[in-house]
Amino acid sequence: MADPMRIRVAERDGVVNVRILMSHEMETGQRKDSAGNLVPAHFIRNVVATHQGRTVLSAQWGTAVAKNPFLEFSFKGGKKGDKISVTWEDNKGEKRTDEATIG
Amino acid sequence: MNRSRRNALKTGGGAGLLAMLIAAGIVRPGDALAQQQWNQAAFNGKTLREALQALGAQSPVASDGVVIKVPEIAENGAVVPVAVESRIAGTQSITVLIEKNPLPLAASFEIPAGTEPNVSTRVKMGESSDVYALVKADGKFFFAKKEVKITIGGCGG
Repeated sequence: MADPMRIRVAERDGVVNVRILMSHEMETGQRKDSAGNLVPAHFIRNVVATHQGRTVLSAQWGTAVAKNPFLEFSFKGGKKGDKISVTWEDNKGEKRTDEATIG
Repeated sequence: MNRSRRNALKTGGGAGLLAMLIAAGIVRPGDALAQQQWNQAAFNGKTLREALQALGAQSPVASDGVVIKVPEIAENGAVVPVAVESRIAGTQSITVLIEKNPLPLAASFEIPAGTEPNVSTRVKMGESSDVYALVKADGKFFFAKKEVKITIGGCGG
């Protein structure tokens, strides 16, 4: 199981700013190990963020997103105390979902 | 098994069914991810042109309404911050492409109504390259690009 995401959400004047830090190797599939073998690609392909069950951002990623991915975005209509849920899934089918409360 | 679920399974199909199952709490939103698309052809495109074609954006229009924020010089190609803001009304998606990466398409973000057309992330760059921000608005494609000079590459190794 991958390490939890760090999610920071802050509301200001009705706009909710979401900052997410995920824990993932984001292996490109282009790199060779010390023995000269190609390291297989292992990377997050899909990310979905929801607010009270409604999708506020969805993303498709390739191998070029940096290791331990960072993502920041903002949406309208959230208030303090609401829950944000973020899920990612990688190319090996591994998934992780974490929640945060708007502060 | 309750009747509403049985009916849903019998009569519903595709996205409508999925939405119903989510609403009914049978499928959690996380599971909806499995239904999500991943544009394999676009992500596997080896040139900017191939990636753009697979995205359906053969000839995007250069626009001042697309604002791309990247460093002019990045010491470490493994972590290059990229922020894209669209000032074009009706923005539906924001996509980041790195022309000289082995696979140019880096990331694509769907922007639903209510979400600001402004995203930030960090990408890897193998060498100095133009970074493209592609915006889809009202079904049309717009772009802006900016060069980033890399002193240490972030791909391969």
